[in-house]
Amino acid sequence: MIRLAGIEKRFGPVLANRGATLEVSAGEIHALVGENGAGKSTLMRILSGMFQPNAGRMEVAGKDVTGWSTAEAIKAGVGMVHQHFMLVPTLTVTENITLGAELTKGGGRLDRARGRAEMQALIERTGLHVPPEHRVADLTVGEAQRVEILKTLYRGAKVLILDEPTAVLSPAEVNELWRVLRKLRDEGGTIVLITHKLDEVMAISETITVMRQGETVGRLKTASTSPAEIAKMMVGREVVLAQRTADTRPKAQDPRPQAVAALEVKDLTVPSARKKNAVDGISFSVAPGEILGIAGVEGNGQTELIEAIAGLRDVASGSITMADTDISRLSVRKRGDLGLSHIPEDRHERGLILEYSVAANLILGQQHRFTKRGALDVTRIAEHARRLIAAFDIRPADASLPARALSGGNQQKIVIAREMGGARDFKILLASQPTRGVDVGAIEFIHAQLRAARDAGKGVLLVSADLNEVLALSDRIAVMYGGRVVAIVPGASATAEALGSFMTGAAA
Amino acid sequence: MMIFGFLAQTLRIAMPYLFASSGGVISERAGMIALTLEGYMLIAAFTAALGSHYAGPWVGLLTGVAGGVAAALLYGVCCIRYRANQVVVGIAINLFAIGITRFFLRLIFDSSSNSPRIAGFTETGTGFAALALNPLVWLGLLSLPAVGWILFRTPFGLRLRAVGEHPGAALSVGVPVQRVRWIAVAISGAFAGLGGAYLALDQHQFTDGMTAGRGFIAIAATIFGRWHPRLVAIACVLFAGAETLQIQLQGAQLVPSQFVEMIPYVLTIVALAGVVGRAVPPAALGKSEV
Amino acid sequence: MRAKLEEALLPPIVALLIALIVGDVLILSFGQSPAAVFRLLLEGTWGNAYGFGQVLYKATMLTFTGLAVGLALRAGLFNIGAESQLAAGGFAAALVGLVLPAGLPALLVLPAYVLAAAVGGGAVGIVPGVLKARFGAHEVITTIMLNFIVLALLNYLIAERFSVHDTLHTAEIKSGALPRLADVFPAFHGSAANTVLFLGVLVVAALWWFLFRTRAGFELRAVGLQPRAAEYGGVRVGRVWWTSMALAGAVAGIGGLNYVLGYKRYYEEGFGAGAGFLGIAVALVGRNHPVGIVIAAVLFATLSQGGLAVNALVPKQMVDVLQAVVIISMATAVPEVRRALLAIRPAASAKATA
Repeated sequence: MIRLAGIEKRFGPVLANRGATLEVSAGEIHALVGENGAGKSTLMRILSGMFQPNAGRMEVAGKDVTGWSTAEAIKAGVGMVHQHFMLVPTLTVTENITLGAELTKGGGRLDRARGRAEMQALIERTGLHVPPEHRVADLTVGEAQRVEILKTLYRGAKVLILDEPTAVLSPAEVNELWRVLRKLRDEGGTIVLITHKLDEVMAISETITVMRQGETVGRLKTASTSPAEIAKMMVGREVVLAQRTADTRPKAQDPRPQAVAALEVKDLTVPSARKKNAVDGISFSVAPGEILGIAGVEGNGQTELIEAIAGLRDVASGSITMADTDISRLSVRKRGDLGLSHIPEDRHERGLILEYSVAANLILGQQHRFTKRGALDVTRIAEHARRLIAAFDIRPADASLPARALSGGNQQKIVIAREMGGARDFKILLASQPTRGVDVGAIEFIHAQLRAARDAGKGVLLVSADLNEVLALSDRIAVMYGGRVVAIVPGASATAEALGSFMTGAAA
Repeated sequence: MMIFGFLAQTLRIAMPYLFASSGGVISERAGMIALTLEGYMLIAAFTAALGSHYAGPWVGLLTGVAGGVAAALLYGVCCIRYRANQVVVGIAINLFAIGITRFFLRLIFDSSSNSPRIAGFTETGTGFAALALNPLVWLGLLSLPAVGWILFRTPFGLRLRAVGEHPGAALSVGVPVQRVRWIAVAISGAFAGLGGAYLALDQHQFTDGMTAGRGFIAIAATIFGRWHPRLVAIACVLFAGAETLQIQLQGAQLVPSQFVEMIPYVLTIVALAGVVGRAVPPAALGKSEV
Repeated sequence: MRAKLEEALLPPIVALLIALIVGDVLILSFGQSPAAVFRLLLEGTWGNAYGFGQVLYKATMLTFTGLAVGLALRAGLFNIGAESQLAAGGFAAALVGLVLPAGLPALLVLPAYVLAAAVGGGAVGIVPGVLKARFGAHEVITTIMLNFIVLALLNYLIAERFSVHDTLHTAEIKSGALPRLADVFPAFHGSAANTVLFLGVLVVAALWWFLFRTRAGFELRAVGLQPRAAEYGGVRVGRVWWTSMALAGAVAGIGGLNYVLGYKRYYEEGFGAGAGFLGIAVALVGRNHPVGIVIAAVLFATLSQGGLAVNALVPKQMVDVLQAVVIISMATAVPEVRRALLAIRPAASAKATA
């Protein structure tokens, strides 16, 4: 039914898909799995016509459709339900579904009566219940998703692609969705489900395609495989794990049990725009001289957790304590002054001001400490920059360059130098995706910095979507899934396979 | 009898507001900021005077609309094609309108203040009889209802509203977002053009700067009316009524005229600050990207 | 560095070229020769002392309003209210002038005037800032609305209470008037240029220092560039918004002294003559930098005065048109130039985003 072969897609310097393949038979529910950045969404957006591939071949129902547009795809009956809904909140369900394909009566007027009738018929036929005259803004997330599905069915979709559909659903809504998908399959539809959640894959799919780093690494029959096997394929055996030597091996015993925790989080709940909480009653602590790594696929609450601890996001309930001081209600600046350092996950949005010079970025968040009677102490700032550039080998070694001009790795070094280096006396370091978009040499350097901080008695809370990084650095590993911590294991004995199961919700 | 005079004058004053705010609603509902209404109206008033001077009021009406549309197309080129900042270009077009109308006033009519007298649709009287004979009055009364009809009863209106709230969603179902924006801007220019034509033909001449901020009152009405044609119409009549009241009570000196002048603007700020329910603009207003 | 300079200078050059072309078209349509008109323009502005004095006067006014707009833009805010902030500041100063006893030395009372003007303008400027910080009300609309409100209020105060009979201005201030340039250099006789010009230079220097040398300026610019990163850096974004609007209003208000202290020595309705709106053009062409703003102010002042000088050949309204054309061209050129430069040099941008 659907055949993709040798698909290559490039975005600037990034190769999102390389030689990816996919084979889906008609009338089956097919799961497309892989970690973040594996290239699943990109591949499906190519199939749905949103992107055009740089190379490769696409066939649907025997016809060559390589590089087609969304309009052509929709006409041929291929529809995609995106992860982030493409719905107009102020319009009704009926209006959203019929947008672009409206029913009219004489004089060019909208035929609302006929529209209502058709919606009713569609709803009855598919069993996807939504209140057709309600505004989309008033719907629950589950209902909104059903509207997205109805949008494709209204246009006669026979092939339905769903991108991470359960990311925002409650368990009850997930079961509803399965019921709907099975019904559609029974009526002759073909379904491709993009997901990283293995429990779902086992529950609903018949065939599985596994992707890793832009290419397809395996095709399995659900009935004859297991979550462990799938996880292994997703994470990859031959990927080089950072070397663990005797020096870097995490300590097996509890570090200084009588010391006050560097960071303690108790029953923390952080709301999200949706009904589900982003962080749902989490408790853990980070001891001084320890790296606690949080493993998990992105989107399970890690971002919100870190932002809440840093003071960039409000908490609904719970407490955050740093070395015996309750910081739950303190400002970002106060937390920094009391010893909290934060390497943010998005250096371009949060961590750096790209137009500012390297020197200026090296004092971001600390500018009040480099002030003398309201004026910036230019000499001290320059000296500070000189020292940090040398200590962290930031290149080019020109403090006056705008941060924009440096490579990703060097930009990250600026952030790390600022948060960890010089006279910065921190108690706890929040390191979120610290080596994302950074070249191999810089990765080694950054890892060494984190270990040095740990050895110097600081607490480090590491969040990374890169399982290998978490495994290489952490003394203890917590796994986050669905806004909760589902496991805490010692780093020394953890394996990728075991963690993979927790990360994907397969293990209870 | 006093009440009829009051109503007639209110209607007369409200006409430009009704026209211009029709343009405001259509434009902003599609996501394009309508600060330019003042400029559209002024240019249209001039081109309408020009047309009527050479070929009578009906031609003046057409040239007025053409002037408004031309100004709107300039706005479209800068902000849709080149995605320039809509606020800055909007203000610049208003300044441009002042300058260009004055320039051509000198060039064509050799005056710094006004054109020669032109024929309008009514020669004498300001009462209801005169109003009823003026086709522009009928058009004006129909303008906001027409906008309401377009927005809520036609497929184009549905797509326009989608473009103004969530262009990505519109694009995902194949709605040509840029084209919709162009059409919306052109229609707003046409409506504002009618407003300018009304002004010039009603006063039987073009005067330098004759719009005198009416375009901004129209924006105030648009915002205060929450971009809903029915509410906007009420706002226009409300503002016009306050003005009429102030004029008629001038002798009595109850409230200084300047404070009556302020009413539309104060109400708009109140609406934006959400003291009586927040006025929330279309979500994609002012964003030129998709 | 070179790229930054290109990105900064190309758009104004493009805008001016377009304005030049449009100007030629307008001049030709009036049956005149562009060369003759431009020569007359230069003669009437920089070619004689009176004209130059007028240029200096207008440039001073435009510098203040340009700074008021540019400062707010540095914080990411559109200040369309410079016109009313300017008027309010001038009015406040005029009130002080009515209250002070006669005969006091100018230098002694100058601080009082500056303070009054700053408070007057700042009071008008702070309102939209607070509305944005507290309610999320977009400052474009609130500044425009407030323009009308404040100007109407001032009109009322003048017409009903403070004006000299049969005029639209207040009584002359009794002390503290600053000398005109003509008093020191007789060649400037008749022009409005006055010593508030030097106050303007001071304000330019002070704002430059504020923006680029103080912590508050550091945080203000951060908010304008990347509010999320500023927030991460411990900056209270809402507070920066209303304080920068108050400061911008204050700067515009001080500009009112150019007329009230240095020129006519009273407040007159409409004394700003559109400087508030032109300030937007000045800020844009000057790329929101104090030095650039001064240069742009001189440019626009030259155009303005030049229009008067060539009025015999071409209507002075041509200048109004050209000024609008410059704004439109700038607004269109800035993003276009940025896109073009990114397309030509993707390697540099890819490096940055890697």
